[in-house]
Amino acid sequence: MSFPDPIAVFRTEAAELLEQIEAGLLDLNVNLGDKDQVDAVFRGLHTLKGSGAMFGFDALAAFTHHCETAFDRVRKGEVPATQELVTAVLEAKDHMRALIETPAGDHEAASEVLLANLRAAVEGAKNPGAAQTAGTVPAKTLFKIRFSLPQNAMANGTNPLPLLDELRELGECKIVADRSAIPSLDLLTPTDLHISWDVELLTAQPRSAIEDVFIFVMDEMQLDITAVEATAPAARASVKSEAAPSPQPVAATQDMAAAARAPTPASALTAPADTKPNKASENVRVPAEKLDELMDRVGELVIAQSRLSQLAGGSGDLQLRAVSEDVERLSGELRDTMMVLRMVPVAHLFSRFRRLVHDLAHETGKTIELITEGESTEVDKSVIERLADPLVHLVRNSCDHGLETPEERRAAGKPEAGRILLSARQQAGEVIITIKDDGRGINKDRVRAKAEASGLIPSGASLTDNELYQLIFQPGFSTAQQVTNLSGRGVGMDVVKRTIDALRGTINVASHPGQGSEISLAIPLTLAIIDGLLVRVGAGRYVIPLSAVEECLELSIEEDMRSRGRSFISLRDSLVPFLRLRDLFRTGTKPDPFQKVVVISTGAERVGLVVDQIIGDHQTVIKAMSKLHHDVATFSGATILGDGDVALILDVGHLVAEGQQQEAHLRAAG
Amino acid sequence: MNEAVRKISEDLWDGRDELEVLTFDIAGEMFALEAFIVQEILDLLPETVVPGAKAFVGSVINFRGKVIPLADIRLAFGMEATKPTIDSRIIVIELDIDGEPVLAGIRTDKVHEVTTLLRAAGEPPPSVGMRWRPDFIDCLVKRGTEFIIIPNLQAIFSAQHDHPAAVGSHS
Repeated sequence: MSFPDPIAVFRTEAAELLEQIEAGLLDLNVNLGDKDQVDAVFRGLHTLKGSGAMFGFDALAAFTHHCETAFDRVRKGEVPATQELVTAVLEAKDHMRALIETPAGDHEAASEVLLANLRAAVEGAKNPGAAQTAGTVPAKTLFKIRFSLPQNAMANGTNPLPLLDELRELGECKIVADRSAIPSLDLLTPTDLHISWDVELLTAQPRSAIEDVFIFVMDEMQLDITAVEATAPAARASVKSEAAPSPQPVAATQDMAAAARAPTPASALTAPADTKPNKASENVRVPAEKLDELMDRVGELVIAQSRLSQLAGGSGDLQLRAVSEDVERLSGELRDTMMVLRMVPVAHLFSRFRRLVHDLAHETGKTIELITEGESTEVDKSVIERLADPLVHLVRNSCDHGLETPEERRAAGKPEAGRILLSARQQAGEVIITIKDDGRGINKDRVRAKAEASGLIPSGASLTDNELYQLIFQPGFSTAQQVTNLSGRGVGMDVVKRTIDALRGTINVASHPGQGSEISLAIPLTLAIIDGLLVRVGAGRYVIPLSAVEECLELSIEEDMRSRGRSFISLRDSLVPFLRLRDLFRTGTKPDPFQKVVVISTGAERVGLVVDQIIGDHQTVIKAMSKLHHDVATFSGATILGDGDVALILDVGHLVAEGQQQEAHLRAAG
Repeated sequence: MNEAVRKISEDLWDGRDELEVLTFDIAGEMFALEAFIVQEILDLLPETVVPGAKAFVGSVINFRGKVIPLADIRLAFGMEATKPTIDSRIIVIELDIDGEPVLAGIRTDKVHEVTTLLRAAGEPPPSVGMRWRPDFIDCLVKRGTEFIIIPNLQAIFSAQHDHPAAVGSHS
């Protein structure tokens, strides 16, 4: 196993940081006074800048630095957070992503524009009171700082000397090293750090500036900062509330900061240190293929266990049986846990829609409120990834076409803010994702007119509402007439439909004129496991995906005899062609006396498959076929049965095509 | 032809004078494969026939939860089928096919040992007087009165992979 590419690791980390920053900004947008979010955004920017510089993303570091500075001023209360600032930083955040993805690209011009915006937002926000602050000479405070780093700090790459240098930069500084903890020479490990430092710092900077020096090592270290005395007597009180320069002239801007901090002046220091380790322990990043490997191991265990059960059952040894039952229970539980590991909450998916809706509201001039529900619902990771694009399209559609303008809404007696509800819930083996808006609803007459005009339905055809709504997912059903820059993303409703079909999901549409529409996607929880029907053909066992199976019936002897010439059975007055899998697979065995027909449907085609025996329902873990078998189109994969044997999974579509070819041959011959 | 074959042989030895190999029997002939491509030696496992697949890789087995093809080298060398005996084993190897690692099993009649072959004892396959395709053989190594065949698995598997009709289309 090789080491992961550090740049790739940085990119993943940066992506997460950007997500955090965005979430923080959006929360801040809702509640501009939220100090915690200001801090969160600042921390995110700071870390991004630091690690960006470390990995050689210099343009990113330089650009991020400006955003960080802006937020630092908000944090210190010099500038209040405003909508304009949030929007400017959100845009800057997108630019950072570009800087990370293509560090070599030409971003100079874009950087300049965004920074100008940012400066304008910051300047615009500064109130006269704050402007005064800049003019006054801030009072200096004497801080006593005592800090010690963990013993292994140097081994982990922390060097205390730059930290001391940074402290020196803050102001007049007296540093004393405490060497009392250094052990005698025979016990000394040269790479360990035994020294702690006492620093007396006279500075105009607030306490937070000192904390910032230690921001990267804060979690592991002991840091003790006390404000001893202020050169200006009045400043003593202000030390508590962020060690603000002189409180009188800036009362207006300080109030907000003080209000947020005042109740917990002491805990303010510990808060960031507390939240960070919690976050780290919540998640462990594991590559998906490792999970797949683990899944394979668990599969083996289950197979070995079923052999053990057989042996134990046959031996009559009660103790062996007890152990075997224990192993059976444990391996079953292990398998269930394993399935859950691949699941991630849809919150991951939903979070990006907050930004989308925020931008859409901005662009359309509508007021849109996004409500999400059931974010903790869990879905297989690969499903989540593939759901993103169709959902983006549906949400855009709702914002753009579904919701009315504020004027129209007022006229219709609705609240001005349009509402979009994005919800997820689990139901049986499926997850249902619903996008619901309270807009104008789908105009049935227009859908019908358009469908008739484009020849999708004959004019005057009688359709149920649901059939009519399904028409919007037809490839020919163009919404070109109403394309705006929002919906012109190249993803049409037919692509939504195709993606959902590929996930073996279904789409339901409901709409009430004037009250809004609701689109629900029902998606199976996982792609790695399907429900299958296990059948036997000759000596081999095969799995037919249950979703394709319509019904099972017995092939009567008369029909079997008669079908030498034509392979059709009549099923409720319609003729269904059938294939004998025994012939197709050339098993060379004699047919069972009572053969069964499994009727499957592929799109419009219904086909019967003649098998020797239907064994039953089987939860199928899909394994890919080897590369050496890629020429065999009849099978989409394989699975391992309870007794360790391999069963092949039929690819229904290909099988039918092959069968039809064979039938054509027969016809041509006979 | 001879030059081409010699070159393949060079690839095999790659400047080395010794080769660590696993020796085994198939249909009365002794074969050897470089030890490092061998993943595991298994007892015979239940096989699942893949209808429609080429006879050379006509079935699959369950190897530790993975479904891997079982290859029958006899078909590439046009050898007689032998009945499984108590000594029959499956050697699981990892091959590089089109830049991707692919696991496959090889059915053998008996697995002998891991041993060292000397380059000095090696000879390129003769271009005449042999009923096997010369490009399927990397090298013949003399040991006592016997010859050990080092097959060129890349060539054998690629032939199955690219040209389905070339070998193994059983009649």
